[in-house]
Amino acid sequence: MRRHRVLPGFGLSLSGTLLYLGALVVVPLSACVFKASSLTANEFWAAVWTERARAAYRFTFGASFVSALATMVLGVLIAWVLVRYEFPLKRLFDSLIDVPFALPTAVAGLVYSNLYVEQGWFGRWLVPLGIHGAYSRLAVVLVLTFIGLPFVVRAVQPVLESLDADAEEAAHLLGATRWQTFVRVILPSLLPAVVTGFALSLARALGEYGSVVFVSGNMPFKTEIAPVLIVARLEEFAYSEATAIAVVLLAASFTMLIVINLLERWSSRHVA
Amino acid sequence: MPPSIYTQLQKRICLNRLAIVGSVVLAALNIGCDAKRSESGGAAVELLNVSYDPTRELWRELNQKFTAEYLANTGVKVTVRQSHGGSSSQARAVIDGLDADVVTLALWTDIDAIRRAQLVHDDWESRLPNHASPYRSTIVFVVRRGNPKGIKDWPDLVRPDVQIITPSPKTSGNGKLSFLAAWGSVITRGGSDEDAEKFVAKLYRQTPVLDSGARGATTTFAQKGIGDVHLTWENEARLEVQEAGGALEVVYPPVSIQAVPPVVWVDANIDRKGTRSVAEAYLKFAYTDAAQAIIAKHFYRPTSEKVLAEHVADFPAIELFTIQRIARGWGDANERFFREGGVFDSIYTGKSP
Repeated sequence: MRRHRVLPGFGLSLSGTLLYLGALVVVPLSACVFKASSLTANEFWAAVWTERARAAYRFTFGASFVSALATMVLGVLIAWVLVRYEFPLKRLFDSLIDVPFALPTAVAGLVYSNLYVEQGWFGRWLVPLGIHGAYSRLAVVLVLTFIGLPFVVRAVQPVLESLDADAEEAAHLLGATRWQTFVRVILPSLLPAVVTGFALSLARALGEYGSVVFVSGNMPFKTEIAPVLIVARLEEFAYSEATAIAVVLLAASFTMLIVINLLERWSSRHVA
Repeated sequence: MPPSIYTQLQKRICLNRLAIVGSVVLAALNIGCDAKRSESGGAAVELLNVSYDPTRELWRELNQKFTAEYLANTGVKVTVRQSHGGSSSQARAVIDGLDADVVTLALWTDIDAIRRAQLVHDDWESRLPNHASPYRSTIVFVVRRGNPKGIKDWPDLVRPDVQIITPSPKTSGNGKLSFLAAWGSVITRGGSDEDAEKFVAKLYRQTPVLDSGARGATTTFAQKGIGDVHLTWENEARLEVQEAGGALEVVYPPVSIQAVPPVVWVDANIDRKGTRSVAEAYLKFAYTDAAQAIIAKHFYRPTSEKVLAEHVADFPAIELFTIQRIARGWGDANERFFREGGVFDSIYTGKSP
């Protein structure tokens, strides 16, 4: 007897999957590598490892990492509040979480920089205190946090919903403190979801361009991100050099995602 | 379900899909044929003009005038479609296959890139008057109301209390011209290359934001209130001041660069599409008095002496130096100042280029 499946035909669905992955992911990415491979090793190195490029990589990865950490903490908190408490307009708050998914990120960049410049609503109070939330490194972290937040919330929320309150009650009855209950009972089951959310948020931040160009000020060695360098090289019609930088970013992101995937597996095994 | 029927069904689905894909392709081809037929029939022609950002309003008005005139003279109805964006990105789009009949861009280097892709003949610069440029422009200053910092001339920009806004020369035509204008302001007054280097280094250290494009820099200066002076295209400056309703003023420095935005027909595309005669007529039209008047109205400097004389009040007569004063040409300037590791980069790395 054939087992009944909801989708028709393994052959058809697999070929669909392969076609999709091939046409939309693998071919464009290998075209990128292919274009960059028109450079000799020396040219490639000269294109991707200038002082300025290294500063840009450091800043891109650093800012993305910090913002991913921030989204992780904030995201778990928000997911917790949305799952465990009832309050007026909860549905509205819940749907607001998704706004960064849909909003063109350039809009976010423009709004953030408008708010935090010296004459802006926030900047008016913050700039005299020496806090520059526009055209600074902080500005980039802020806007990346905005963009990454829904990834963590939406990864953690369903897991939190499926958690049994019984286990927490049991822990409480057995004499665990609140902190112990959180760290020993809740966190282990949440961890894989939190790591997933972190990884998604980090990956999103690494590739972000639209919002960052508006808030960073694009100062070389200070607030210039690697994608801006790619655009700068394209403007010089230096296609191969531009793709070379893209390949470096691609390789770095890929390695990071693999490491995070391993961590995720490790953490889910650890729990079981 | 028995496997045989199942596989048959699967095959049929595949065939159906093939049929659908096939008919879509056929339909697309058909549309292509129709367009061709109407062109060669001489009844209607469509042109695509690929241009840079600030020329939207200018070409819209020129197109109206041209199509009316062309219909009256030849009986052919022309529709001009416009595409606007950053000058270099637009050039890239054409190189990558955007089917432009004519390109009207900000910089010589952008047209040269299209030439190197063998889409435009080598002699493009001499096919139309004034190096294939129907209008000139330059870089001027925009300051806050009443000019509180008293900015009149280039040396005022590098006083320690002045902050400058201009886009990045790496990604913007406006940015490149601002840099070249600043450089030339030193050279044309007898300064050496070292003097010029010191001047621009100081200038860019007092630039708190390097936006990626011209309009971004305008927003930073006009809306967000950052900086004391904005270096921008003459036509952008005039619009910016108009929009600001009295909060901003234009200042003309005594000397600035002469920008020569070129217009060319794209030989490879027009020969394939059979639109050569219309495309050539379209660009030649930009040199007529009627077109030159529209150009002046949008604050671009007309190349026709007669029209310029009629609008002399709009265009203060400042000294406009040509690119040859500071480099062998636009390509040479680009290579020397803006390539990776060039003069502009050395401002930030501290290493001599």
